[in-house]
Amino acid sequence: MNSDSLIEIDHVTFGYDASRTILDDISLAFTRGKVTSILGGSGCGKTTLLRLIGGMAAANSGRVLFDGELINARDREQLLHQRRRMGMLFQFGALFTDLTVFDNVAFPLREHSGLSESMIHDIVLMKLNAVGLRGAADLRISEVSGGMSRRVALARAIALDPELIMYDEPFAGLDLISMGVAANLIRKLNDATGATSLVVSHDVPECMAISDHVILLANGGRIVAQGPPAQLMASTDPETRQFVRGEPDGPVKFHYPARPLAEDFGVDEIGALP
Amino acid sequence: MITAEWVAELGARTLRVLRSFGRAAFFFIDLLVHVPAALRRFSLVLRQIHAIGNLSLVIILSSGLAVGFVLALQMYYALVTYGATESLGLIVNLSLVRELGPVVTALLFAGRAGTSLTAEIGLMKAGEQLSAMEMMAVDPRSRVLAPRFIGGVVSMPLLAILFSAIGILGAYVVGVLLIGLDSGNFWSLMQDRVDVWRDVGNGVVKSFAFGVVCTAVALYQGHETEATPEGVAYATTRTVVVSSLSVLGIDFMLTALMFSTP
Repeated sequence: MNSDSLIEIDHVTFGYDASRTILDDISLAFTRGKVTSILGGSGCGKTTLLRLIGGMAAANSGRVLFDGELINARDREQLLHQRRRMGMLFQFGALFTDLTVFDNVAFPLREHSGLSESMIHDIVLMKLNAVGLRGAADLRISEVSGGMSRRVALARAIALDPELIMYDEPFAGLDLISMGVAANLIRKLNDATGATSLVVSHDVPECMAISDHVILLANGGRIVAQGPPAQLMASTDPETRQFVRGEPDGPVKFHYPARPLAEDFGVDEIGALP
Repeated sequence: MITAEWVAELGARTLRVLRSFGRAAFFFIDLLVHVPAALRRFSLVLRQIHAIGNLSLVIILSSGLAVGFVLALQMYYALVTYGATESLGLIVNLSLVRELGPVVTALLFAGRAGTSLTAEIGLMKAGEQLSAMEMMAVDPRSRVLAPRFIGGVVSMPLLAILFSAIGILGAYVVGVLLIGLDSGNFWSLMQDRVDVWRDVGNGVVKSFAFGVVCTAVALYQGHETEATPEGVAYATTRTVVVSSLSVLGIDFMLTALMFSTP
C-alpha cells in the first residue's frame, strides 16, 4: 500500500453476471488530496468503479483498499464505518424529495453527528453557503432546478467533512453556466477541505480543467491512458487523441460490429444495389 | 426435442419461482431483524402510522359504512321470511368482526396503502435515494423499511376495528332508524352472543396477520422493483394481486383454525 494513495484498486475483475465482464483485471491508485477524473464512454465501468469503492458492489476477484483497509461489501459494520469517511454525489442528486433543501443537507448530520439542532443549523447553512444556496434552504426539492439540486447534493455529500468525495457524472444534463459552477465547486471544495476527489464523467473539457490526474477508461475497464491533463491533451496516441477530441471514428469504431453490409442487403456487392 | 426444451423451460421457471420465494423469505427476516432499531426511533414509526393509517381512514370508514348499510338490508330481507329480524344486529356484528372487517379492510389496505408503499420505495430506489442513504452510512432497512412495516402492522388491526364499528353503526341506522326494528334487541343480542375473545379477538388476530402480509408484500415489491416507470407500474400491480390472494388464502386457513368448533 502506497501511503500517498487513499484508494487502491488491485487487480479487480467485476461483472454483474458471468456473461458480461465490466471491469477486467484493473489496477489503479488515487492520490490523497488530489482531484482525479475517470473519463470514459457509457458502459465502460466508471460508475461501477465508484460502486466498488463505496462497497455497494463486491468485486469478483481482486481487492479495493480505502486508506489501507479492505472494502468488504459483506462486512456491513466495517462498511458503515468506512462510508462515514466518504461522500458521494449521485448522477441525479438522489435528494430526498419529501424533505426541504435544509433537511436534505442536515440528514447525515442528524443521523451521525449527535450535535444539537442549533449546531446542525449553523453547519448546514455554512455548507449551503459554500455551494451558494444559503438562500434556498427552505425550498422544497421540487422547487429547485437541476443545477441547484446537484449543488444541494454536493452540500449534503460534504456535510460530514469526508476524506473522499466521489462524483458520479456531476455535469450530466447541466447547462453551460451550471456546468462551470459545478466544476469550480469541485476544485474549490477539494482545495479548501483537503479531501480526495474522484470525478467520473464523460465531459472532457470540464474534467481536464479541474483535475490533477486523469484516467481514460475504455470498454471492459481497460485503461487507455492516464496522467496529468496537459500530458493527455498533447498525446499522439490515436486512441487517446480520439477520446480527448471526441472524434466519432477511430480506434473506437463508429459502427457496432456487424455482418458485411452487402450480406445484410442480400446482394453480392454494394454497387449492385438498385 | 420439443419435450426436452419444454422440460428445461419448466425447470428454469420453477427455479425462478423458488428463488423469488427465497429472496422474499430473506427480505422478511431482514425486516424483522431491523424492527427493534426502528422502534428505538419511534418518531419515524409514528409518522408512518399517520401516513398509512390516518390517511386510509376516509376510504376505510366510508366503505365500512356502506358495507353495514347493505349487509343490514340484505340480512333483513332474508330474516323477515323466518320472523327472526331481531337477530339482525347479531348477524351483522358476527359477519363484520369475524370476516368482513378484517378481510375487506385488508383488501382496501392493499389497494390504498400497499400500492402507495410500493410506489414510494420503488421510486426511492429508481431515484437512487436508497443507495444515497447507504452511502451516507444509514441503513435503509432500519431507516425506511422497518418503520413502514411497523406502521402497516399497527394500522391494519386499528383500521379493521374501525371498519367493523362503523359497519355496525351503519346497520343500526338501516335496521333501527329506517326499518324500525327494536333498538334494545339490536344491542342486547349482540352483547349476549358476541364473545370478546373468540369473535372480536380472533378478528383482530386475523387483521394483524393480514397487516404483516400486506405490508411485507408491498415493501418487498417496492424494494425489488426494476428502476424504470414500467417496473414501478408492474410492482404496484403485483402488490395488489399478491396481497389480495394471500389475504383470501390466509383468511380461509385462519377461519378453519379459529372457528372449527361451533
